[in-house]
Amino acid sequence: MDEQTLKISKIKDGTVIDHIPPGKALRVLSILKIDDHVENSISIGIRVTSKRLGTKDVIKIENRDLEKFEVDKISLIAPDATISIVSNYEIIEKFPVELPQRIVGIVRCSNANCITNMKEPVQGEFSLISKKPLLIRCNFCERTMNEREITASLV
Amino acid sequence: MLRNKSVVSINDIGDDELSEIFKTAEDMEKALKSGKPLELMKGKIMATFFYEPSTRTRLSFESAMQRLGGSVISVPEAKSSSVAKGETLADTVRMAEGYSDIIVIRHPMEGAARLASRFTSKPIVNAGDGSGQHPTQTVLDLYTIRKELGGISGKTVTIVGDLRYGRTVHSLVLALSRFNARVNLVAPPILKMPDHVVSMLPADFKLNITENLSDVLPETDVLYVTRIQKERFSDPNEYQSVIGSYKINSETVAAMKEKSIIMHPLPRVDEISPDVDSSPKAAYFRQANNGVPVRMAIISLILG
Repeated sequence: MDEQTLKISKIKDGTVIDHIPPGKALRVLSILKIDDHVENSISIGIRVTSKRLGTKDVIKIENRDLEKFEVDKISLIAPDATISIVSNYEIIEKFPVELPQRIVGIVRCSNANCITNMKEPVQGEFSLISKKPLLIRCNFCERTMNEREITASLV
Repeated sequence: MLRNKSVVSINDIGDDELSEIFKTAEDMEKALKSGKPLELMKGKIMATFFYEPSTRTRLSFESAMQRLGGSVISVPEAKSSSVAKGETLADTVRMAEGYSDIIVIRHPMEGAARLASRFTSKPIVNAGDGSGQHPTQTVLDLYTIRKELGGISGKTVTIVGDLRYGRTVHSLVLALSRFNARVNLVAPPILKMPDHVVSMLPADFKLNITENLSDVLPETDVLYVTRIQKERFSDPNEYQSVIGSYKINSETVAAMKEKSIIMHPLPRVDEISPDVDSSPKAAYFRQANNGVPVRMAIISLILG
């Protein structure tokens, strides 16, 4: 962890989500359904200086592990994010998020005329077309969605 | 090869399968000409669900199955029956699975046929999904180009009209990219080919996007015209100006190569003037007639 992130206090046990694009931390919190009812202790750094990214956001959450679908969702809005799992102040595991090739149940198709937006027993299902720029294709209507559309359509 | 496969997108049909369809369609044409009844699909049932109005596609699918000796069950007003009762498409298809061997669907929403194919082990044929795809129309379009001009490779196909909502042209341009054809896309900005279709084309595909038809007419082997619907325009004057600039008439025909053709998936409204019909270049009715042998080929290869 670089020295700038030390401005935010260390956590004893929990998860650190680092290298979030500047300004996207609040969106990540919303993905994790963290709102004013939260009981965990959370530190948020917005637009902190980063050697790698210039500026970045960082979130530290006490006593919270992330589910795979949450990490997948984060990868769609913060594809360069890294996740660190902290136990007793030590990082015991650190890994970059990875965009899944098949994205299921976490994005709604932005095409209002796609059959998946009707009352049918299916989840939104997409294939990853390109990472940079981020582009996914609906496996039903075959429309593509860019980063802006994906961010607006997270389930 | 095509056996038991669903045909939802033109990309569901491989190159070898396409060749096999063309060859079988030629055989079907010969059989139809001979007038001898066929019994290839005897005992087989095709269910058709048309949630949107259709004349040509529906008739040619049903005629194709009956020409093959099979039978057809259909719902006259699919939209007003099961949908009105709140039944999902998934449930409708699961029900139809028990009643038929192959299911043909036209639906106003994109992705409907793909969804249907996920809920049944019976093959689904997409007869048009919203502004998505219409793969069997594309196969008959390719068959027509091949039959009229002796091949597709190296030909210049100019597609003009509503490239945004016209589903037949979405499937067609994807298919032409597999044949080393050159394609001109001619449309006003409001009706241009959507990015999601263009992004599926190979990077080295010879694609030219323009608004000016007369520039590309002299090099065109196939002029593929589509209907421009008035309701797509908020400004009636804009509609009139677009219709005027893309109207195909005897002057257009005169500017075309001697051995070139004009195609249209039909129905046409104002975009091709009736005085073009008598030109040998007018291939649209011959194209519509190819619908039956091509669909006979597709059905018999899927259920064969």
